[in-house]
Amino acid sequence: MSSDRPIRVLIGKPGLDGHDRGAKVIARALRDAGMEVVYTGLRQTPEMIAEAALQEDVDIVGLSILSGAHMALVPRIREVMDSSGLKDVPLIIGGIIPDADKQVLETIGVSGIFGPGANTEEITGFIRSLVAARDQDRPA
Amino acid sequence: MSALATQVLQGDRRALARLLTIVENAREGSDDALAALFPHTGHAHIVGITGPPGAGKSTLVNALTQALRTDQKTVAILAVDPTSPFSGGAILGDRIRMRDLAGDTGVFIRSMATRGSLGGLARASRDAVRLLDAAGYDHVLVETVGAGQNEVEIARMAQTVLVVEAPGMGDDVQAIKAGILEIADILVVNKADHPGLDNTVRGLKMMLELGHPASRTQVMSHHGRAMSVAAPVSASDDQPLWMPIIVQTVATEGRGIEALLDAIRAHRAHLHLDGHLQRLEHRQLEIELQERLRDALLARLLEHVSAQDMSVLIERIQQRRLTPNQAVETMLAGLRFGQFED
Repeated sequence: MSSDRPIRVLIGKPGLDGHDRGAKVIARALRDAGMEVVYTGLRQTPEMIAEAALQEDVDIVGLSILSGAHMALVPRIREVMDSSGLKDVPLIIGGIIPDADKQVLETIGVSGIFGPGANTEEITGFIRSLVAARDQDRPA
Repeated sequence: MSALATQVLQGDRRALARLLTIVENAREGSDDALAALFPHTGHAHIVGITGPPGAGKSTLVNALTQALRTDQKTVAILAVDPTSPFSGGAILGDRIRMRDLAGDTGVFIRSMATRGSLGGLARASRDAVRLLDAAGYDHVLVETVGAGQNEVEIARMAQTVLVVEAPGMGDDVQAIKAGILEIADILVVNKADHPGLDNTVRGLKMMLELGHPASRTQVMSHHGRAMSVAAPVSASDDQPLWMPIIVQTVATEGRGIEALLDAIRAHRAHLHLDGHLQRLEHRQLEIELQERLRDALLARLLEHVSAQDMSVLIERIQQRRLTPNQAVETMLAGLRFGQFED
């Protein structure tokens, strides 16, 4: 079913850092790859992100975090999403994440982590394959 | 009844979100769910918000929704943004200005891309509004893409149309041009703290006074002489008499929002007088049926025109042996006497 409609992605910036250039570059790249990108803007709480993901029925949520607060924010966002019935919506992260933290985040259900060197083709390809895999698990 | 439709009627927001996607993509189950929910529609007040990019539509929707919420009314918002004609992708950014509404279960916001539609809305917008109506929201606010002069589709769907302008966006010739201003039930001059406010309001007032059916003949003062101007439209049962209201707002500060709410209430009350609302809906449905019929017929006809036939005809047009119109006649003739009959 992924081929007959655009993939919907939510790009959110949780926490307090006000630097959203990266988030906008990614949003633009995903748009250019034919995806519909819901951009929520700065300083989102975990609850705001989960609620927007639910209302917009997105296929995947991407978080941009540069504040260093990822270990506090990401588990909380995953938790709120899970309890809102969004267990099957994958979460990916862009930002500066130390290797030690990456492993921890992956164990709590983060599907992909992209650092400053990642290129946009890599990210769009990753999203496409994640959504295709999920669609196979969830018919209709 | 489809399970999702039942869940929507029970107030399940996740089911509503899922069903909106199914309807938007015209996926299997879409028609059944719409049919199941259709008897539950017709209760929401559908308000369209249109106007040029940057006039402050999203910010106004944010402020308006907050005001409606203090009134204990529930609000659904359908916010439409343009699809890129090149990639088919879209940035849906209207939520950025609506962050004050987060965490309120009486509000549901959905973003939608136009996916190639040109009238300021998406093809699925009308059905999406029906889902939100059936879900029980008291008001459905539909925010169009940043509209220029010709995106008047919203008038075919909304009961009350707000056209949002900002000061300094054009001279008073813009105000007498045809198009978007003509569909306004309420004209909102947002950013009323910006310079140029008086000129903008004066231009809009003049446009309204000239065009309004209340005065069949209008006497204007021109170079000190009285000049009479015939009004273009006259009032009738079919075109209820409503003098559009001009409201000045500063949406970022909430200024003028109470007056705007009063204007919306006044228009709604007007619609409920003497069956105006039924007549409006009748006209809108007539247009909708024609559109749907045209789409359905076209789709059915195209099933009988092969890509090869099409490219042969295009070649002849390029050779200047056929006009595009003659090519269409040829196709229709072929259908009439050929494949279409079987």
